[in-house]
Amino acid sequence: MTETETEYQHPLMQKYWAMLDTRFKLVEDVFEDVMTEALAILTREGIEAYLEAARVIGKLGRGVEPMLVFLEEWPSVAKVVGEPALPQVMGFVMKMQKSPNGKAITPFLQTLAPVARRLHANTQCRNYLSVAEDLMARTTGSIHGHHATFPSPGLPDFFAQAPFLLSQLSLEGLKNWVDYGIRNYNNHPERQKDYFTVQSADSHAVLQRERHGTLFMDVERKLDLYLRGLWQDAQQLVPYSTAFDELRKPVPYYDKLGMRIPDVYDDADTITGLDRYRATLAHMVGHRRWTQALIADNWSPFQRMAVEFFEDCRIEILLCREYPGLKRIFLALHPKPAEDACDPETTSCLRHRMVMISRALLDPEHGYQDANLRDFVARFHSQMALGESGANISSTKDIASLALSYVAKTRRQSDQLAKVHFDNTVVDYRDDNRQMWKFIEESDDEEMFEKEKKRAPEEELKGLPPRHYPEWDYKSLTYRPDWASVYEALHPKGNSADIDRLLEKHSALAKRLKRILDLLKPQDKVRIRYQEEGSELDLDVAIRSLIDFKGGANPDPRINMSHRTDGRNIAVMLLLDLSESLNEKATGSEQTILELSQEAVSLLAWSVEQLGDPFAIAGFHSNTRHDVRYLHIKGYGESWGDEAKGRLAAMHAAYSTRMGAAMRHAAHYLEARKADKKLMLILTDGQPSDIDTNDEQLLIEDTRQAVKELDRQGIFTYCISLDPKADEYVSGIFGRQYTVIDNIQRLPEKLPELFLALTK
Amino acid sequence: MTDKEQYKVQTEPYYQAQGKEVELYEAAYRNRLPVMVKGPTGCGKSRFVEYMAWKLNKPLITVACNEDMTASDLVGRYLLEANGTRWLDGPLTVAARIGAICYLDEIVEARQDTTVVIHPLTDHRRTLPLDKKGELIHAHPDFQLVISYNPGYQSLMKDLKQSTKQRFTAFDFDYPDAVLETTILAKETGLDALIAANLVKIGQTARNLKGHGLDEGISTRLLVYAATLIKDGVDPLDACRMALVRPITDDADIRETLDHAIDATFA
Repeated sequence: MTETETEYQHPLMQKYWAMLDTRFKLVEDVFEDVMTEALAILTREGIEAYLEAARVIGKLGRGVEPMLVFLEEWPSVAKVVGEPALPQVMGFVMKMQKSPNGKAITPFLQTLAPVARRLHANTQCRNYLSVAEDLMARTTGSIHGHHATFPSPGLPDFFAQAPFLLSQLSLEGLKNWVDYGIRNYNNHPERQKDYFTVQSADSHAVLQRERHGTLFMDVERKLDLYLRGLWQDAQQLVPYSTAFDELRKPVPYYDKLGMRIPDVYDDADTITGLDRYRATLAHMVGHRRWTQALIADNWSPFQRMAVEFFEDCRIEILLCREYPGLKRIFLALHPKPAEDACDPETTSCLRHRMVMISRALLDPEHGYQDANLRDFVARFHSQMALGESGANISSTKDIASLALSYVAKTRRQSDQLAKVHFDNTVVDYRDDNRQMWKFIEESDDEEMFEKEKKRAPEEELKGLPPRHYPEWDYKSLTYRPDWASVYEALHPKGNSADIDRLLEKHSALAKRLKRILDLLKPQDKVRIRYQEEGSELDLDVAIRSLIDFKGGANPDPRINMSHRTDGRNIAVMLLLDLSESLNEKATGSEQTILELSQEAVSLLAWSVEQLGDPFAIAGFHSNTRHDVRYLHIKGYGESWGDEAKGRLAAMHAAYSTRMGAAMRHAAHYLEARKADKKLMLILTDGQPSDIDTNDEQLLIEDTRQAVKELDRQGIFTYCISLDPKADEYVSGIFGRQYTVIDNIQRLPEKLPELFLALTK
Repeated sequence: MTDKEQYKVQTEPYYQAQGKEVELYEAAYRNRLPVMVKGPTGCGKSRFVEYMAWKLNKPLITVACNEDMTASDLVGRYLLEANGTRWLDGPLTVAARIGAICYLDEIVEARQDTTVVIHPLTDHRRTLPLDKKGELIHAHPDFQLVISYNPGYQSLMKDLKQSTKQRFTAFDFDYPDAVLETTILAKETGLDALIAANLVKIGQTARNLKGHGLDEGISTRLLVYAATLIKDGVDPLDACRMALVRPITDDADIRETLDHAIDATFA
């Protein structure tokens, strides 16, 4: 611009410039251009409000950046969401200005236009603002109890990510995602940043969960059944993420390890996401059935592309022969480019031509006029029709030669042009055809004559891989997915004689228990009366019948009885809390709680062994959610022998008590048992807690949720608490299924008695 | 004497042989060997027995076994009357007296102590002692015992005892192959062969899912039901859903997969 400073030719323009009341040089440079755009879009009042808002932003004292951004972005925002949205936006900007979050104003304005394009309507825009406001309000302010105000660490990053987030999530999903971040990382600024820049694993996981469309994990079983039922194929399905590759969208493919498909499909017009998955799978199954790999080395990339298109059509026609209903789905998903969409003078039209013929091969009503195309469609179908009824399904090779002659016939000089016509030419349910080609040489380079074979050193498996369990977040009433990692292992062994000694010590108690046990032992025979046929005559009934008979009435012929065996059928799991606090001495005793627990557990194990119920013992402790240890002491398959006793003897206590995860893990063993009744006993000396959880209530609520889950699985949980103060929380977790043992010294005696009472 | 004619099969039942089972059965009958027919539900076991009875022109007495069935339900019992008792033959006894083919359907459903009463009839003795009555029945020369059972779905508790199993010659039935099953559907219901072939395809889809949430695939019997409905003018999609999918599963995922198979097949 070469005009004299601040003097515009047009009086109106002059007035506008005056309204803006700014001396930023950078603004002046672009003023005319932005006004041209604004004048074309905004109304007269709109212009005035726009300039007023820009003036206010310019006076905020945040430099030229926010003002510039606003001037550039607002017209296009207003175009989508309407001018009346301005007061809300300005209101929010002012709120940020008043809070310590002034730095977030620029990112907010910067991404407002792309965000608005995703939101479409004014109400949506308002919701977006309220989500942002919520985030600001909840993450700004006191940290670690200091009442000085700190800016929200995540807010600027959130604005920067907002367009991407909204491309993946609905507004509802965005709200949940933000909510999760605030709740879990509110007092950890660095992690909060990671979360809102979509870098942490958590952030990805929650994003994945909230995405719109048909999620793979929701339909996985249906797809498995689909493959198995309709195609007799049992390939493993491996999803890949489509969320984070913006530039290069991955394409489905299959290899030895399974079929790779996107983790989410949105509905496409009339076709549901599930049907899109099915189309993708069917296409790959078709390749697996009918495609023979060809040697690729002598063909140009163009030739290979043509062969791929023809082969794809061949197998799709074969698939439709099998299930004609697939045709509807394929045709709906296959693009149908207009015949004149591509100008062969300026652009490379190869892809356009190939997609057209691909469409024409599948769709008899393609309506394309090109003579070559029609000729090849006819040739293709006559090729395919050879022995339509018989086994003749043509072959990859024959179709490839047809494809090659089509390329030869329709070749144009412009195919080599760098500008390639891509619009509407991607058939997105088709795989990348990597299995179709064999390459004899790795590369044309001379020095590459032998591929160096690299073998990854085989890593020795140490222990079992972790199992992940969700954790209940009572504040949001949702599960945190895969939150706790449980590692399981056999408990190290100790000297089993120690346990025998303990049992010896309690031999008097054992004798008393034995008497109760004998009474409890399965009363195998149960009498069934009123049987027409039976092993014995039931005298009472028989005499009654005889009386009836003699009296001339119709006698009851069911005068026999028989017996049925009736056994106990209870599977028991004893879960021991092995947290650090067990090392403390029990009140009024020389023994630690751990030692007393050992005694009690050995007596209980002995009792259960006498009864013959299937019984397992495991211990757990945790050191943050990433390391929950689950230690087997006795398995269901093992007898109460030296091995199990040895492990019990070596029992030692450390770390904290993350009970929910351990219970869920123990439950999966108990669930696999075939028993009428399943009982999980939990022996603990304190409330659930862990060092990475500040909120005491959180793990308590999670344990409570675990109890509910177990209850749904038909597992009866029962807690034996050694914490004298347990009454405050234990009934909240276990309802009425608990006992608090105040006098810990009597634990060895109480525990077996309790078990017997429970299972009587 | 009981009327023999009422047990005869009057009209020829339609039966499509899958192999040599008709000839083999005839050979077994010539020598009066007991026969066991095994196979999944609805694959044509009972139809086969019926057909053989018709072909051999022998009376057929069918007993559907259940858990509460006692030995006297098979053999017979004393009924009390105002002035004494009267003996009533059970179906097995009747068959042994008149020389019928006695068909015990789903034999494993009966209690084990019940199944033992057939033992003396199934070996060289061919007798049936009625201990309550103090009578020993020598089976009629035409008498033959046939049992059926479905080894697939019953529990482990309900397997036949070895001592019972080893008294029978056995046929192992399964669902017929696609071509044969299509013929069966077309013949049985008069349905167009093309639609019949589609039905068979859906049936096989479900059989592929056996063990993955389905205990048993779609039986030939259900396919015949579907064919009958279609023949009656019901829309094939509705007929398939009603006769093939809804009866066999409550699992939503499987239902949806089979529904999709139906849509994909009838298009």
